[in-house]
Amino acid sequence: MDAKKLNKVDLIFDQEGCNALEVLDKALECTPDDIINDMIDSGLKGRGGAGFPTGLKWKFTRAEDDPVKYVICNADEGEPGTFKDREILDKVPAKVFTGMAIAAHAIGAKKGFIYVRAEYRFMRKTLQKQVDEFNQILKDKGHDFHIELRWGSGAYVCGEESALFESMEGKRGEPRNKPPYPTKNGYLNKPTVINNVETLVYATMIFRMGPSEFNKLGTADSCGSKVFSVSGDTNNPGIYELEMGLHVNDFVDEFGDGDTKAVQIGGAAGFCVPRKNFNNLVIGFEGIPTGGSMMLFNSTRSMYNVLHDYLEFFTEESCGNCTPCRVGCQQLLKGIEAVKSGGKSPSYLDDLKSLAKTMRTSSKCGLGQSVANPFISIIDNFKEEIIY
Amino acid sequence: MTDVKELIQGKIKTFGNNRTALMPILQAIVEDKNHLDEEDMIEVADALDISTADVYGTATFYTFLDTIPRGKYVIRVCKTISCHMAGKDEIFDTLKDVLKIKEGETTPDKKFTLLIANCMGWCHKGPVMLVNDDIYTELTKEKVIDIINEYQEK
Amino acid sequence: MGKFEVNLKINDLPVTIEEGTTILDAAQKLNFRIPTLCHHPDLCVAGNCRVCVVEQTGAKTLPAACATPVAEGMEIFTNSAKVRQARKHVVELLLSEHKSECTSCYKNGKCELQELAIEYRISEDTFLKLVEEKGYTIDDLSPAIIKDDSKCIRCQRCVRTCTQIQSISALAVINKGDEQKIATFLDKPMHSVVCTNCGQCVSHCPTGALVEKNYIDQVWDVINDPNLHVVVQTAPAVRIGLGEELELSPGDRVTGKMVAALRRLGFNSVLDTDFSADLTIMEEGTELLTRLKKALVDKDESVKLPMTTSCSPGWIKFIEHKYPEYLDNVSTCKSPQQMFGALAKTFYAEKKGLKAEKVVSVSIMPCTAKKYEADRPEMRDSGYKDVDYVLTTRELAAMVRQAGMDFSALENENYDSIMGKSTGAAVIFGSTGGVMEAALRTAYEIVTGREVPFENLNIMPVRGLKGVKEAKVKIENVKPEWGFLEGVELSCAIAHGLANAKILMDKVKAGEADYHFIEIMACPGGCLGGGGQPMPVSDKIRQKRMDAIYQEDESLEFRKSHENAEVQAIYKEFLGEPLGHKSHELLHTTYKKRKKY
Repeated sequence: MDAKKLNKVDLIFDQEGCNALEVLDKALECTPDDIINDMIDSGLKGRGGAGFPTGLKWKFTRAEDDPVKYVICNADEGEPGTFKDREILDKVPAKVFTGMAIAAHAIGAKKGFIYVRAEYRFMRKTLQKQVDEFNQILKDKGHDFHIELRWGSGAYVCGEESALFESMEGKRGEPRNKPPYPTKNGYLNKPTVINNVETLVYATMIFRMGPSEFNKLGTADSCGSKVFSVSGDTNNPGIYELEMGLHVNDFVDEFGDGDTKAVQIGGAAGFCVPRKNFNNLVIGFEGIPTGGSMMLFNSTRSMYNVLHDYLEFFTEESCGNCTPCRVGCQQLLKGIEAVKSGGKSPSYLDDLKSLAKTMRTSSKCGLGQSVANPFISIIDNFKEEIIY
Repeated sequence: MTDVKELIQGKIKTFGNNRTALMPILQAIVEDKNHLDEEDMIEVADALDISTADVYGTATFYTFLDTIPRGKYVIRVCKTISCHMAGKDEIFDTLKDVLKIKEGETTPDKKFTLLIANCMGWCHKGPVMLVNDDIYTELTKEKVIDIINEYQEK
Repeated sequence: MGKFEVNLKINDLPVTIEEGTTILDAAQKLNFRIPTLCHHPDLCVAGNCRVCVVEQTGAKTLPAACATPVAEGMEIFTNSAKVRQARKHVVELLLSEHKSECTSCYKNGKCELQELAIEYRISEDTFLKLVEEKGYTIDDLSPAIIKDDSKCIRCQRCVRTCTQIQSISALAVINKGDEQKIATFLDKPMHSVVCTNCGQCVSHCPTGALVEKNYIDQVWDVINDPNLHVVVQTAPAVRIGLGEELELSPGDRVTGKMVAALRRLGFNSVLDTDFSADLTIMEEGTELLTRLKKALVDKDESVKLPMTTSCSPGWIKFIEHKYPEYLDNVSTCKSPQQMFGALAKTFYAEKKGLKAEKVVSVSIMPCTAKKYEADRPEMRDSGYKDVDYVLTTRELAAMVRQAGMDFSALENENYDSIMGKSTGAAVIFGSTGGVMEAALRTAYEIVTGREVPFENLNIMPVRGLKGVKEAKVKIENVKPEWGFLEGVELSCAIAHGLANAKILMDKVKAGEADYHFIEIMACPGGCLGGGGQPMPVSDKIRQKRMDAIYQEDESLEFRKSHENAEVQAIYKEFLGEPLGHKSHELLHTTYKKRKKY
């Protein structure tokens, strides 16, 4: 495996090397097809976690024959352990807006929205001002695109793209059945490009540096770099942009406190990697994918408590719509409690693992499908901490 | 407090007289009076021509759209894993002591409501809490007492 | 326009089906049954129960057959090991949050979850029971519907029914995660919110979470009391529905068997709501003609047109809540059930030499809203509660089963007299468009002296399952006393299902309609699809019941209400004339404005 060494990069937050508005000028002169081809060539995959190729998303949306299309920036960052989108919106908002304007130009959208989670409402005044200014610039340039802010109201599941549309439409944020996908039926059933905050900034950067320069970074499956949110038992918590495709081991060497027993990659919905696997796993789409959440645990931590926290989180944040997720989360939570207290025998964990697998295959959306990730990876690696 | 009818009409002007205006309307009412009461939801249903049960069902989906009365300052302490690891229990206990209320309760003077919430996106600076829209990070017992004192005087 | 077709394979068998259909449709075409819970042919796709998951070659997840459109080249397996395991888990999960008290449950034997539990050989204790800690309460405050959240599996069929079919949305999904449930506004009791008691939620609920409030034991008690004289009336739609609940097929007409069964249950007199349906036509037809005269001749602006029917108590409650400004447009006629009830304790008691207080009146209705209607304070014009107990078609079937009758083997019997005679015009009250057709048959003949100008009296434009129907009947060569109607084109509209009623009323409200007469039934298909009828229900089944109704109509000797000999007699002996003093006292009522939200 052509894993990369830990390499700190500075694309996202780089202010000096990139004037977003210059990039915008350049982009608006290009044809939509050129933009889309560049995005495809860059190999950029969505940075929200699911990792769908951004260029293809734009291409499919462009191909839809509908006069009304939308670009939506998903800033409903809610994955426990993730806090990079807030920082990006705070530090380099113009790059996000520019990414949206480029996407809009590529697909033929006249309206864009940024859906920000309620927990970030303290940014409201500043962000609104910045959006207004950007809209004015677009107007001055004669570019027919307009961005509006929308706010969440405290629901993790609204980070799921179709749930986000539902929420924007004034409904309960319950994920839709798929297909159809947003590229065809998104917000108000119109073709919609929905990208994560970070993805849009990379779109801006790719346009500035060129796709080939971008994909020099990273691996074949995981092009470019990525912003990581580092928390937990580390001496250096914070936000770091790293080249994609590094070994968990290198990551732990850099950020661990010397006593790291596990790293949770990808937040509550991600995977728990135990020490014994640090050496043979790569952070990226070929290994453990992540929306950026990297949480380290040292040997003082109870993995039962970690798993219990996650399951409590999912039990509360499940939208409740589909059976496997609504009831499954409760069963997993009560189940490990029962095993821990001795009410159920350790073999019950096998029943629960089997249930988790059903949740992975049969839940309606990514939330329910991913509960099995932490559950199985923690049970498999730290079973002795779970049982009575 | 603004008249709810006026507030609704203002939002409808901005967002259109259709259901996409629902979230901004509910958010504005909650911002104004910290919760949605029965009459508010009836007004909203009437303005947007949707059922009251739909308004209620939508509001109760969202943690921040409270349908029971809250204090002037709603405190939400993050309980998710990294804040948990960083000591949210002590922070929460301190708040309970200082405010003399339990989780989900409001002080008799209607000033503070104490809630527990899920991840707020400050995992590198836990423990954290929100007081209405404002975030407070890297909390300690002393810091929390100071913050509450400040709000007491507001 | 030809639609595109898609080729796919299900369990290795090829199938070609229209684009836009689902895996479930394709499987059904090949006669593979995929279990479903949240899916219902009346409703939009939900895809939330996940019991219909199937395996798709190349897909990481198991798509829900009801919610996934077919695609070219798909390979689907409906019964793989993976699928069976997932389905079993889903059923186990549903049971873990469901209060399984099957033996004492009202829906025992009729519960879709129970059927799946049997099919998948579920043992109860695979997962922990969650229901105890939720602290659910049972809402049994409504006279019509009981809601028990502990039995609810969150399939949301009731929510979609209340929204899509009825446009009410009295029920919604509230909260999220483990606290998610189905509730009214602020989780108030059903009787205190904008609910029409139509019972469509009941007839779409797969479990015992929503059921009718049953009065079976109370009715047994009065039957068994030798001091009481218990009369029973049967609504038009019961005779074409009851068989379904007793092992017969949709569309089987069981009028004679039903009468026999009721007699064997011990009712003292088995009478017919159809009698009072004919009476309704006399009253309502006259009311319409009177209104037309006042409006067209006297130019009396206080007279409201279009006039709407008033037979459907769900519709009445709907208009009281939603369009109270049109209450004066509603016919003042009581529904046939209530006309019957008022007469049972006056005219009937008198004729039979009974004391009114010893007469108990029971009605068998395809409806849950009728339970509410009978409880309305206005419905005591006889000096007593005009209708004491209302049973649904389903409740009657339960009594027949309890009595140990072999229903299909019963010989046909005839209704008792008096108030047991009826015409085909009354039978068709059970179908959408039926009241309109019956009214036209009589009114046209009163005015012109001739039969309605439709072949064999069948007014086809008002029939069928189309949501909103319109018809125009030109009135020509009238009798001298009806001269003002010469050349008038009577404009009629019909809606069934309250969502369609809303469409029609909004049209009226917008001034886009010139109707004289509107028939509205709260339930899809009219009473034949009522909330008290057998389950399951679908348009296919409604159509069969509808066909049966019109067959019954054609089988009868008299097919016009004014030809009903008992109706003629009651006017002569007791009521005087339609809209007369006695009629007003006993057969007409008033309505009241209710809160809109």
